[in-house]
Order: sequence, then structure tokens, then C-alpha cells
Amino acid sequence: MRILLVDDEVELVSTLAERLTLRGYEVDWFAAPQEALEAVRNTPYDIAILDVKIPKMGGLEMKKKMERIQPNLRFIFMTGHGSLEDFEAGSSEAGAEFYLVKPVNIEVLMEKIHQATTKEAAPR
Amino acid sequence: MRLKSIFKPDFWDHEDVAAGPFKHLFNFRRIWKQTVFLTLTVTLTPLIFMAAIDYRVSRKAIESDIQLRTARLVSNTRRSVSFFLQERKSALAYVIEDTLLEDIMNPVRLAQILENLKRAFGGFIDLGVIDEQGIQRAYAGPFLLEGIDYSGEDWYRHVLQEGIYVSDVFLGVRQMPHFVIAIHCRCLTGRPYVLRATIDTDKFNHLFAELDLAGHGDAFLVNRSGILQTPSRIFGPVLNPIPLPVPPHSERSEVIDAVDPGKNPLVLGYAYIENTPFILMICKSKGELFQSWKKAQLEILMFLTVSVAAIIVVILWGTTYLVSQIYDADQKRVATLHQVEYSNKMASIGRLAAGVAHEINNPLAVINEKAGLIKDLFLLKENYAADEKLLALVDSILKSVERCGTITRRLLGFARHMGGPPALQTFNIKDVIGEVAGFFEKEASYRSIELRAEVPDDLPAVESDLGKVQQVLVNLLNNAFAAVSEGGHIAIRVRRRDGVLAIDVADDGCGIAEGDLKKIFEPFFTTKRSRGGTGLGLSITYGLVKELGGEIHVESQLGKGTTFTFTLPLVR
Repeated sequence: MRILLVDDEVELVSTLAERLTLRGYEVDWFAAPQEALEAVRNTPYDIAILDVKIPKMGGLEMKKKMERIQPNLRFIFMTGHGSLEDFEAGSSEAGAEFYLVKPVNIEVLMEKIHQATTKEAAPR
Repeated sequence: MRLKSIFKPDFWDHEDVAAGPFKHLFNFRRIWKQTVFLTLTVTLTPLIFMAAIDYRVSRKAIESDIQLRTARLVSNTRRSVSFFLQERKSALAYVIEDTLLEDIMNPVRLAQILENLKRAFGGFIDLGVIDEQGIQRAYAGPFLLEGIDYSGEDWYRHVLQEGIYVSDVFLGVRQMPHFVIAIHCRCLTGRPYVLRATIDTDKFNHLFAELDLAGHGDAFLVNRSGILQTPSRIFGPVLNPIPLPVPPHSERSEVIDAVDPGKNPLVLGYAYIENTPFILMICKSKGELFQSWKKAQLEILMFLTVSVAAIIVVILWGTTYLVSQIYDADQKRVATLHQVEYSNKMASIGRLAAGVAHEINNPLAVINEKAGLIKDLFLLKENYAADEKLLALVDSILKSVERCGTITRRLLGFARHMGGPPALQTFNIKDVIGEVAGFFEKEASYRSIELRAEVPDDLPAVESDLGKVQQVLVNLLNNAFAAVSEGGHIAIRVRRRDGVLAIDVADDGCGIAEGDLKKIFEPFFTTKRSRGGTGLGLSITYGLVKELGGEIHVESQLGKGTTFTFTLPLVR
């Protein structure tokens, strides 16, 4: 399974990528949205884990662009902002299956990845 | 309006607790005083001034009227008295002209003349003829006075000089007041002689009795030494001296002020009667004369008093009412400003909290990942996997990160609803209570206070402004924490009750005095002024609950605890 990981915090995104790699995933991580978009054009991914707030291009905008390139891509959002209700409210608005609150518990993240990839026919 | 507040309105003891931009704009006590003073001055001054002018003018008018009438009466009466005397003088003059000396010396003829005079004029008592040596040669009358020598008498010398003489009144042998008229006859035909007649003063008394004297008036004659010549109702019988100075001589009738023996003021009119020793006096009691005027003045005074009292009452009531209205409006204005400031403050706190939480969240996430990676590496690399101590350390780091994460998440969730625009949201009251109670957990554990939430699981969702519900809960819990002492209990209970959720915040703290319970939601009411209370917390809470469409009330017993209950309408 190939995962795309985007967050402007390099320390965070690199470490998280390493942890996921340790768990057997193929992970490409980017701190710049443009590079991530470029990667989506060249490589097929199963799932994209995006930070909601990234300078220059937010997670939601990135999602729209990536969906145009790879319509079957699944999304998980991470955010340092807001409380649980917001994610719940926001997820329906953004059309993303899952929101996670930073700091992210790796076990929870793994579970969400599993859920996202197994729900093939999840309604958009 | 309560009786107490009529006499002492709320604004009277108002102390300006707020400073700065929320200060009250007015000094209510000064406004009240100025308004009362000004309105009283402009209403009462003209009224009292008019009344005083009326008093003076009407008094002057009535005084001059009394003077005029008295003077007229004195003149008329003087004319009557003069006429009476003149009549008798003329009668005697006629006798002298008409009768020969021989006839007049004849006692029978003299008695006949006396009889005729008595019949024709009245008042004559006796007649006597005195020769130039002063010896009474003939006499007709009730006494035997023939041969008496009058040559040494003052009156005899007077009559020889002046030709005519009217004596003072004296009491005769019969104790009857009478006086003498004597006329000197210088006839060319015979020897000169003096004709002397004694005249009864009874006629005067009749004359005065016929006068129409208003106000217990009194009319009498005195001589020039102030001795009564006719009886006076005020000053006593004939020949009594009157206790008044003899008024100065005047050709005309005069009116002066005097007092009677009882010190009552009198109006005294007098006139000197020409060629006699008599002074006519007419007295009237001032009190009697002024009675009707006094009555009118009393009526005016009563009317004035009632009007002044009515004006004062209306002005006091009106001013108090108006200033109270201004006070209430200003109180509301200050409270609103405070509420606005409170919301602004909450919004700032919210933004600040969100900023801080977000800033902390990012490094926290990094720590989380780094520690997680260390743990992953330990678990995957076998030489570390057995090192339980290292694993425990990493787990402890991860747990702390998790705790910090909970705090920042809670803070972010809470701050989001503070001070933002009102937004309806559907939420579960249990979550909100748990979140808010979370903020108080630390304080509760420090002070060994048991904070318990009894929320049933089957409650329906609430559609309301989440931020406001949170603020209400925070405010009520703050109050509860301020009220309880160490080891106390605070309970949050939620019940479903016909269409609303009723939320109790109960404590077993110090309680609220019964007298304060009614005022507890009023702005600026506080029992903690010295400890920095503004008296706005509960009033703001009250406003928030009202905005949410609920009710709030309080039950409390001093020393036993307080329960605040507020309701939230359920989704329709």
C-alpha cells in the first residue's frame, strides 16, 4: 500500500513517514504542496494523509486538485486546530472520510487507514 | 412602589463602582436636588410673592377705608354735638334778648322760662341769674342756690371775659352728670348779668346710642384733661380718666391708632368741639373691623398652604420618578456596556487560548512522533525491545503528550465558542458538561472538593448556542467553587422536564441570605465588593440564559448550600 503524506512541519512528517514505513507501508512524504501534487501526477497512491493548514495551499484545496488526478484516492486529514465536533462537522463538508487531531495516536491512524482502504464503495 | 422607596429611592445611595468608560454619566443625587430646588423656586416664589402682595395691598385698602369711614362718622357726630350745644346756647341767648331784667329776676317768671326751655329743648335742669358782683340773684330749679357768691369762680371770670362759657361735666348733688352753659348779658337797657343753665348729659348719651358703630364701637366725650364726660363702654363711667394721651388739637376730624386697657388695638377718631372743653372720641376695635378681611386672608392662606403642599408633593414625586427612570436607564446602559466588555473579553480569551493551544499543538505533535518512532525502533530492534526501563520512559513521554493533547484540544474546543457570533448547534449536554467540568478538575482535586456530574445517558440532543451554554456552566461552577469550603461537594444534575432540560448546579457551601436572593440577578449586586466582585457575573449569566430561551432561578439556605437551576429548551 502506497501512502502520500503532506505536512509543512518537516520534523513531524518525516518521523511519521518513518513510523509508517516501519509498519510496512510505502510512504512518500512532502512538506510542500506543489511537490506533493507533482508526485500524485507521477505515482498512484492508495491514500493521502494531509494536514488541513499548510501555507500556500490548504488541505482541502489540495484534496480537490488531487481528486482530479486520481479520482479513487482516499483522504485522511490531520489538524492541530479545533475540537472533535469541528472535525465531525468539517468532514462532511470536505468530503473526507476521516479527520484526526494532532498529536495523532499511531494506533488510531493505522485503524483509520485500514478503514479507509477497506471501504471500497464508500459513498462520496 | 414600595413605601420605603418613595422616601428613599434606589439612586440615593448609589455608589459608582464602575470606573473608566462605564462610569455613570450622572450624579443622581445632585440632579434630584437641583431639579427639586429649581422647580420649587420657580413655582413657589411667584405664588408666595402674590399672596404677600395681596396681603399688603388689601390690608392697606381696608385700613384707609376704616380711617375714612371713622373720620366721616366723627365729623357727623361732632356736627350733632355742636348743634345740640348751639341749640341750647341760642335758646339761652334768646331768653336774654326776649326777657327784661326785672322779669328774669322774678322767680315765678324764671321758673316759667325754665319750664318752657325744658319742654321745647329738653336737657335743662335749672336756671340762675348772677349779677355783676357774682351773687346769684334769682334761681329756678330743684335746689336752693339763691344768694351764692360765684365771684371767685374761674368759670365766672371766664364768662365775663368771653361772653359765653361751657363747663366740664360734673356730678351734681343727685349724682347725675351734667354741665353748665353760662352767657353774659351786656344789655344796654339794664345792668349786665350772667344767665347760667345746668344741662343734663343724658341727651348726649342718646345721641351716641343712635350712632351705628360697627365693630363694637364706642363714642364718648372727654374734656381737655382726658376725663370722661359721658360714659364709655371701653373706658368706664363718667369722670373716669381715659388711659390715653389727650390727642393734639386739630381743627378737623382726625383718626389715630390706640390700644384699650386690654391692650387690644383700636382705631380712634376724635374731633375738638369748638368753644367747649369737649373732645369727641369714637373708638372701634381693630380686631372686629379686620375680622372679615382676616377671614378672607385665612382662606387665602389655607388655599396657599394646600397649594404649596400639593406642589411640593408633586415636584418631589415627579422628580424622584424621573431621576429614578434616568437612573434605571443608566444602570441598564452600564450593565450592557459591561456585558459587551465581557463578551469582548471572552472573545479575546478565546482567541488567545486558541492561539496558544495551536502553537503548543505543533511541537507536541512532533514530540509525539519522535517518541513514537523511538518506541517503534525499540520494539523492532531486538537489543532494545527487552529494555523495559527505556520502553517505560518512552511510554511515559507518550502519555504526557496525550495528556497535553487532551488539554489543548479541550481548550481549542472551548475557545472556539467563546465570543463568536451566536450560532445554533446541536450537541449533547453530557459532552459539554464533561468538557466544562474538566476545567475545574484540578481546582477540585487541590481543594478536595467532590465535583460530580449526574447526567442520564438517554437525554435528547440540545439545539442551542454552545458557547453560551458553556459560559453559563462556567459562571455557575465558578460561583459554586467560591461558595464551598475545602471538602465540599458540588453536583451538576440534568433532568428532562416537559419540553426542557433542567440543569442544577448545587453546592453545599455558605449559602445566600434570604434578603439577597431577590437581588442576586440584578446588575451590580454583590456581597464580594471588597474582594473585587463587580456584581455582574450572575446578571450576565441571567442574560445568557434568557438569550438561550431558558429560565434561571436559585434556591438557597444560609449555611446549607445553594442550587442554581437553569433550563434549556429541547429541539422542537
